[in-house]
Amino acid sequence: MIPDLGRYASEVLSAYVVSLALLAGVVAWYWLRARAVRSQLDQVEQRQERTE
Amino acid sequence: MSSFWEYANPRKFMRTTNWLLPLVAAASVVVTATGLIWGFFFTPDDFRQGSTVKIIFLHVPAALMAINAWIMMLVASLVWVVRRHHVSALAAKAAAPVGLVMTLIALFTGAVWGQPMWGTWWAWDPRLTSFLILFLFYLGYIALWAAIDDPDTGADLTAVLCLVGTVFALLSRYAAFFWSQGLHQGASLSLQPGTRVDWAYKAPLYVSMSGFVLIFVALVLAGTRTEIRARRMKALVARERMA
Amino acid sequence: MIALLIRDLRLAIRAGGGFGLGLAFFLILAVLVPLGVGPQPAVLAAIAPGVLWVGALLACLLSLDRIFALDWEDGSLDLLATAPIPLEAVVTIKALAHWITTGLPLVLAAPVLGVLLNLSADAFGWLVLSLLVGTPALSVIGTFGAALTVGLKRGGLLLSLLVLPLYIPTLVFGAELVSRGAAGLTTQTALLLLAGITAGAVAILPFASAAVIRINLR
Repeated sequence: MIPDLGRYASEVLSAYVVSLALLAGVVAWYWLRARAVRSQLDQVEQRQERTE
Repeated sequence: MSSFWEYANPRKFMRTTNWLLPLVAAASVVVTATGLIWGFFFTPDDFRQGSTVKIIFLHVPAALMAINAWIMMLVASLVWVVRRHHVSALAAKAAAPVGLVMTLIALFTGAVWGQPMWGTWWAWDPRLTSFLILFLFYLGYIALWAAIDDPDTGADLTAVLCLVGTVFALLSRYAAFFWSQGLHQGASLSLQPGTRVDWAYKAPLYVSMSGFVLIFVALVLAGTRTEIRARRMKALVARERMA
Repeated sequence: MIALLIRDLRLAIRAGGGFGLGLAFFLILAVLVPLGVGPQPAVLAAIAPGVLWVGALLACLLSLDRIFALDWEDGSLDLLATAPIPLEAVVTIKALAHWITTGLPLVLAAPVLGVLLNLSADAFGWLVLSLLVGTPALSVIGTFGAALTVGLKRGGLLLSLLVLPLYIPTLVFGAELVSRGAAGLTTQTALLLLAGITAGAVAILPFASAAVIRINLR
């Protein structure tokens, strides 16, 4: 599966793993924040509709 | 005819990005995965650098986006200062963390690549130093946004910081080149990407670069949508308190 | 304007701390570095220009938040903003007062600390000259940072995060000028670039600082 990386295997693999983890981290952060803000906004909007 | 400035209207922006964002997000995943898988599995080892050459498919796109994200923030800040479109200010805010992460990836992959090639994780090479400085500028920009409660004040102050910061970041880059030459003469460690790179590497590199651009666009769109919603919520809550 | 300058100087001296603090910090740093690095004269001579410049930078940073904080709290900043003199001039005067109370003492004290750090004899003139040319930029840039963070409650740490990256070009050219002077190399380029940064900062940044104050006072 993984190609023969020779003696630099650890460097190449760690570069890929850490970079993808960082990317996944920032994507997950944006995603979670988007979800949190959207649900909060929905709550506020519903509350205001009820009172109006 | 619809003009570009229509997208400065938050409602129009939300409506458009509602269908645009999933497309860009899907495209970014597909293109990045193609580029990275192609680069990781199907490129030959370099005769001199061995398999470490595969790091280029992360390092160069990340470095490219680290700089482009700042340029995009600069343009968005200018648009905010000149035309006062809120979406523009919020887009600049949304771009900063992505730029920060891209800088981090570029620095990390550079260190991991430098270790076997130059025998050191870190060298005070001008290119490396200016990236570290760029990282500090991102940190300051994000910290200033986070510190200010009022969104319009925050947008104004960070826009000024972005403009001033750009000038000083360029000066720092120039200073880093001057300083490093002054201290270690002729010690040029930096690889020159693109000069003698074979098409076997260039093709997946371009794919991966496009993938990173798409990731950046998708994240900025998503972040801007979130910021618009957050502002709307703040306004609604404020109205609630007034009533 | 001169009245404002005199008022700021008086306040800085009377309020205690601000005036002497930066200088004391500079002295302590010059004592701590040899204690940490070891007493070998060659090592100290090699790092002296950088240490003195970094020390000057940090000493400048210490007193930055005082530039606007007091005026912001008691509301005199609002008065200054509506005063007949332009806000750009107010900001410049503030930076000048900061330089006179912080930068100038550092310039005068630097040769003494150079002795402590075993700076080579050729470099003393360059050290004083580089600080004399470079510290005004530190004050002007710092005033911009102070203006950015003036309304914030915990602005101190943020201020250093914002200002220190902006200090990098001044630091590089200033320290480079001194070490080239110490090594007997040509110093013209570094001196001109340092002076250029100072001139540019003094010319342009007051406008940015004034704009930022107006935003903060809104």
